[in-house]
Amino acid sequence: MIEINSLEFEYRAGEFHLTMPEFAVEKGEKVAVIGPSGSGKTTLLNLVAGILTPRKGSVAVGNTVVSGLSDQARRDFRITNVGFVFQDFALLDYLNVMDNILHPYRITGALKLTGEIRERAAMLAREMGIGDKLRRQSTDLSHGEKQRAAICRALLPHPRVILADEATGNLDPGNKIRILELLFESVEKHDATLLAVTHDHELLPHFDRVADFQAFQGQAAQGGQAP
Amino acid sequence: MMDSLYIAWKYLTYNKVKTATLVACIVLIAFLPMALELLLDESERQLLSRAVSTPLVVGAKGSALDLVMNTIYFGDEVPEIITMAAAEKIYESDLALPVPLYVRFQARKHPIVGTTLDYFDFRGLTLATGESITMLGDCVLGATAADRLDLNVGESIVSSPENLFDLAGVYPLKMKVVGILDKTHTSDDLAIFVDLKTTYVIQGLVHGHTDLWKVRDPTLILNKDDKNITGSAKVYEYTEITEDNIEEFHYHGDPTAAPITAVIALPFDEKSGTILRGRYLTDEENHQIVKPAEVINTLLASIFRIKNVLDAVIVIVGLGTVIAIILVFALSLRLRQREIVTIFKIGCRQMTIARLIAAEILIIVGFSAIICLVLLAFVNHYDDSLVRTLFIR
Repeated sequence: MIEINSLEFEYRAGEFHLTMPEFAVEKGEKVAVIGPSGSGKTTLLNLVAGILTPRKGSVAVGNTVVSGLSDQARRDFRITNVGFVFQDFALLDYLNVMDNILHPYRITGALKLTGEIRERAAMLAREMGIGDKLRRQSTDLSHGEKQRAAICRALLPHPRVILADEATGNLDPGNKIRILELLFESVEKHDATLLAVTHDHELLPHFDRVADFQAFQGQAAQGGQAP
Repeated sequence: MMDSLYIAWKYLTYNKVKTATLVACIVLIAFLPMALELLLDESERQLLSRAVSTPLVVGAKGSALDLVMNTIYFGDEVPEIITMAAAEKIYESDLALPVPLYVRFQARKHPIVGTTLDYFDFRGLTLATGESITMLGDCVLGATAADRLDLNVGESIVSSPENLFDLAGVYPLKMKVVGILDKTHTSDDLAIFVDLKTTYVIQGLVHGHTDLWKVRDPTLILNKDDKNITGSAKVYEYTEITEDNIEEFHYHGDPTAAPITAVIALPFDEKSGTILRGRYLTDEENHQIVKPAEVINTLLASIFRIKNVLDAVIVIVGLGTVIAIILVFALSLRLRQREIVTIFKIGCRQMTIARLIAAEILIIVGFSAIICLVLLAFVNHYDDSLVRTLFIR
């Protein structure tokens, strides 16, 4: 499903560079990505999502070579095929929880906002335990609740690829497992693929596979780090 | 676009203070010049139309502007008082018809205009209801005055005292409303018209009281001989003129010395007007004769000079405001960098950001336009009163 070949990427003329000769994740597979801070885990997710483009090599999702698409095509591909749970939640303060979950539908013509989508969003929020907070401003939520709202937003369009950057980082142990199960459930239900960056080694046994970034040549040239 | 408007609306309502400030800036900068233009147009229309239709005004030497404003717009500023002799002089010249005016008193903030019936003919004033002034104490109301004072024919209005602390001063006079004029959209609509003698009653020059020769109470008499009798302060003066007491009203003094504020001179032809004007050019003459249109044109020229300065100020302030608004949006974009990056990361197109900003601008400008229109409608509705307050008083 996700296929990376001879990838080379660098930030700001050599301050940081990442090389991945070969990396593949099968359809339906749930892979945890671990590694020290600054080793390029988030960069990998950004490359898969098409937010960043490699200097060399290719990144493919299914039959689509994401790295070969134009900027516009990569955006369209991302919003319809990739569910991204950002490390900093990336919720908008001025929207309530429901509007944040529905936000991708309001900023693109590629996704159509219907009554069914609204119902699905409410159901997803209930499953995540924030069903009673849909009308609350996102600023009124706790860190954990924000994280769950961000996950709802990522899962709502039934993406083919779910990229989670520390998706359970702000949750208590009980909720971590619960959210992880929901992510897994979504992956299984929609035959998607999960690539999750985590520092939480307790969660690793739940994944199908663990990709250790120390195995790659994620390097910080001249002491620099990946942003 | 609806989604962009929705998100923009949410952003703007969340940032209420910023939005309100931007709207207020735009409203002020758009409303001020438009309202000013509206008021100046209205003031020009009001001032000129009436001034042009008033050929000549005779009054005491002094401020020609005060004289004209008081005579044709019944302004608050009372010019120096002249006497009926000025009207007599015009009448005797056989060059013009004099219409004396005494505009000094008020009733519930509406000017009481003491004049003769010639004034009604000259202005073409017609009665909507009731009849014309026939008796001392009668009054005819302008349409707006009747409306604002909520008075109808048969009801009464009391004149306002000039000075509350003048214990020896005139008593308020209760005047009977005998007619209401048709609307003319001029200062006449706001006036309370009475006969000149009624204004003298208000002033105390004409007064009515019990016949002192017939009273029996000795405390009412100060002095008495075969020919003269002097009443004490205890003598009750009538504050309302009725059919029963009208005979008791009398004037002390020389009728030609009766006070007036101005005389409108209606020349019989252009030549008469020119001759009449010439007669007031001598240094010995203590009256002035003015052509209201000339006085008002001078005033308007001053107003428009001020307007030009104001326009320049508004343009500069407007430019400053526009720059400030652009700066606010630019800073806002910087502050919203994280949000923009998020939206890009989710996968929206670059145009979406432009559309969101455009939607925000559209809403702000739209709201400002609505508020501006409401304010302009208000100014338009009350332009008559506003012009009076700002330019005439």
